[in-house]
Amino acid sequence: MSGKISRRKLITAGLSTAAGAAGLVAAERIANRYGLIPPDHDGLYGAGETLTYASQRLLTAHASMAREFTRRDISPVFPVNGPVPARAAYQRLLATEFSDWRLIVDGLVERPARFSLDQVKSYPSRTQITEHTCEEGWSIIAEWTGVPVSYVLDLVGASPRARYVVFFPFDDAWESIDMEDARHPQTLLAYGMNGGVIPAEHGAPLRLRVARQLGYKSVKYLSHVLVTDTLKNIGKGLGSASPEVGYAWYAGI
Amino acid sequence: MANTGADSAMFPGLPETGAAAPVRPAEKVPLRRSALVRVTHWMNALGFIGLVISGVAILLAHPRLYWGETGAVGMPSLLDLPLPFMLTGQSGWGRYLHFLSAWVCVIAGGIYVLHGTATRRFARDFAGQTEPPKYSMLQRLTYFAVVIFLFPLVVWTGLAMSPAIASVFPFMVTVFGGQQSARTVHFAVACLLVCFFLAHVVMVTATGFVANMRGMIQGRES
Repeated sequence: MSGKISRRKLITAGLSTAAGAAGLVAAERIANRYGLIPPDHDGLYGAGETLTYASQRLLTAHASMAREFTRRDISPVFPVNGPVPARAAYQRLLATEFSDWRLIVDGLVERPARFSLDQVKSYPSRTQITEHTCEEGWSIIAEWTGVPVSYVLDLVGASPRARYVVFFPFDDAWESIDMEDARHPQTLLAYGMNGGVIPAEHGAPLRLRVARQLGYKSVKYLSHVLVTDTLKNIGKGLGSASPEVGYAWYAGI
Repeated sequence: MANTGADSAMFPGLPETGAAAPVRPAEKVPLRRSALVRVTHWMNALGFIGLVISGVAILLAHPRLYWGETGAVGMPSLLDLPLPFMLTGQSGWGRYLHFLSAWVCVIAGGIYVLHGTATRRFARDFAGQTEPPKYSMLQRLTYFAVVIFLFPLVVWTGLAMSPAIASVFPFMVTVFGGQQSARTVHFAVACLLVCFFLAHVVMVTATGFVANMRGMIQGRES
């Protein structure tokens, strides 16, 4: 009799394991299709990251807007993490006020382009006063002026196959964001800060602003924007420089 | 799921009907604890320890608390914790572990609460619907403070610090008067939960560690 029960238990356990495995495979396929799996999904931590990223993507599906503030709320200070790029190429551009600087935009686009700073500034701009939240725990409010990434993507004719936009700066802190954040109206290529031009230490001449993620996603000192459908062959394939040094790729938190 | 005996998950070995009751009631009423309660208990224990360790790792990157929307070095702080600023990368794995542990607690805690509500165990044991009440007033108050107030508050303030969540539910952060206030409340609630955790472990040890552990692992104390 106990043999009968254990056999029944065995069959039940076997069936539920099979169903669970099939369910997981199906869930992964669906999640992949709808872009719910982050590039740093491997390992034990990756499980938590995937749950966080997927649930936040489902929640933010309708372009929720980061809170915006008034000029009175702008913080008196703005701490700077990390030095201005030491590379000669950047130092030369800095010394000549970025007159020879060009932003390369290529990848899965119909019309790869090189934009001068004046060209970038000539496009329709958006000014927003948003909170910058550092992964360390502090946060400040600043005003940013720039062209929406979405506008530039349309300008170069980004392919419908594109899934990510990668941002390469003059230092090693490259990042990427998914199309939902790239197309978000508050995601800017910013050249203005608090009413003036962006100071060198805050990312001159052009930096990214991703209003719904932690500060480290807002890459400074931009030089190259790549539109792509996969992050696998860039760097270690984890999506950005952050996971390579132990920080999550998705920082909507 | 028959749950006939004492299921004092939160207060192992404590007198069940107040101070006048015998000290070891578990010896008289055989304790039976369902597998679901035991499994979710240890998942939550693991998750909680993960959250505390990783919470400290994250805090050490900026061990200073503020009130209001913003706060940074160079702005007035509410409390400077006597800890060093450690910018050595530990907040990276700290945050990875914090979210993994939080998911473990959310899943295990969710199952536990749904089960406790569906089987009316909460109502029976903790709302004092039995005569005489299974737990003393102090025990029930503590339980409710932790499960109904502190746990949801620590989750709420954690979510309030997320720029993405705040973009969907701005009231989650504005209700506290800003992101830095939410961070400070998150820290304060975490401290209270650590106190509760320590008190819980002290009680487990003081009232018969081996029997209590057996009760929460095997479901029976003997």
